[in-house]
Amino acid sequence: MFKSIYKYLSDIFNGVKTLLTGMKITGYYFFHPKEIITQQYPENRETLKMFDMFRGEVVLIHDENNEHRCTGCSACEIACPNGTIEIISDKAIDPETGKSKKVIDKFVYHLQMCTMCNLCILACPTDAIKMAQTFEHAVYDRSTLTKVLNKPGSKIMAGVKE
Amino acid sequence: MSNIFSLISDKEKQSTSSATETQEYFVNMGPQHPSTHGVLRLLLTLDGEIIRKVEPHIGYIHRSIEKMCEKDSYQQIVHLTDRMDYLSCHINNEAVCLAVEKGLQLEVPDRVKYIRTIISELTRLSSHQLWWGVMGMDLGAITTFLYGFRDREQIIDIFEETCGARLTMNYNVPGGVMFDIHPNFQKRTKDFLKYFKEKLPEYDELLTGNVIFTERTKDIGYLSKEDAISYGVTGPSGRASGFSCDVRKKDPYSAYDRVDFKEIIRTDCDSYGRYKVRIAEMYESLHIIEQLIDNIPEGDFKAKTKAVIKLPPGEYYQRVETARGELGVYIISDNKKSPYRVKFRSPGFSNLFALDTMAKGYKIADLVAMMSTLDLVIPDIDR
Repeated sequence: MFKSIYKYLSDIFNGVKTLLTGMKITGYYFFHPKEIITQQYPENRETLKMFDMFRGEVVLIHDENNEHRCTGCSACEIACPNGTIEIISDKAIDPETGKSKKVIDKFVYHLQMCTMCNLCILACPTDAIKMAQTFEHAVYDRSTLTKVLNKPGSKIMAGVKE
Repeated sequence: MSNIFSLISDKEKQSTSSATETQEYFVNMGPQHPSTHGVLRLLLTLDGEIIRKVEPHIGYIHRSIEKMCEKDSYQQIVHLTDRMDYLSCHINNEAVCLAVEKGLQLEVPDRVKYIRTIISELTRLSSHQLWWGVMGMDLGAITTFLYGFRDREQIIDIFEETCGARLTMNYNVPGGVMFDIHPNFQKRTKDFLKYFKEKLPEYDELLTGNVIFTERTKDIGYLSKEDAISYGVTGPSGRASGFSCDVRKKDPYSAYDRVDFKEIIRTDCDSYGRYKVRIAEMYESLHIIEQLIDNIPEGDFKAKTKAVIKLPPGEYYQRVETARGELGVYIISDNKKSPYRVKFRSPGFSNLFALDTMAKGYKIADLVAMMSTLDLVIPDIDR
């Protein structure tokens, strides 16, 4: 009889004790707000910087003269597992040699199909493309995710060969 | 007289039995249920609150990854395995790369082995942290969810700096890793080890000793060693039933034969045992990383491979230990640039189907606890 009452009471006591142990940690963080690591996301946009390695989207590198390094060899198109990249090439006549030469007309990039696997960047022989650190890709219309990466009027940098 | 009495009592018996007789009924748990962690549908046969049968219906998130592998090159397969068990994505990638390297008979540099092992263990830690948080949340404690994610964020930052992505990292390529480790990697990892060693005892204080938690997990969801072996339950769930199945010990790959660690085996066979195995594994993972982080050898981060990989005709199998159990990758090659057939033996699939044996005779509220101690990831089950 006494034993069962003792067990009943000690169970309650131990139960309350374990609950208070958990509450102790919660209480500690309540009185030490500096240890909380929550970031206020949309408010800290100016200071929020991603790491240099972060893979956000594929971009074609252009220099200040509006020149890029893409020869249109479509190595990235072959390396891509999802058909994200489409290169529409054109023929142009080289002013130096007079021979016709392959140049890119449109470098089409479907962001909606991209899995950011980085295989295209590894495949590129001329380092023409890289991953940008952007991360806010939400849009209202899906068709706006298909982008043409080469800027209008841009041409290939002199001296870049396959 | 006695006859009359006996007649009456018989009649009484009949009437009472028809009043208390219950009918078995069915309840669909899922596919949209918060505690199934994805689109898993369980068809429950219930007798009142008692579970009589659990029938998992899968296929809601099937993406035919195995079929897609048949048209991809060996480099392209790797990124698909990220999408299977997304919480141990690096280990999945490693499994495919090890299978391809086995086919090519390629010896990877020591530096690669060390980097792969460290990142695998970090992945295991981050997976167990998320599991711990979600397990608490399944049992009604939202606090643990936030604590688990707080510590996981530190590991995710390490991944983001070195591998370039937070979750689907695709850091392995056949022959090595994609880039060399970031100069900050070692310092950041050491900082994390120091930080997490202080925080891990908090996990025990918050949940392990808690009276509500122990009442809901101890002696619940019994899975005997024989059942665990016959269902092929591996990983922490299998080891809690006394089944010694750690691939890192049995069939060491990468740098696991060079480190000292214990295989955690418990004989509780219940939900609490499965919980304790994972907590103890976190300490072991910290111990493994500590041994390797200062001794990463210099050298190349990638062995030289051809641009188009063709495996010699034959069959190749590689198994690794993910955070959930044993993942097997089976490749049949017919000397083309893409494999003839790829099969993944995923741990989640085998673990899920032990749920029926585990849950029989327990209450429906305990099913949630059993499911979270199995640590199910649904895309891993369906592939």
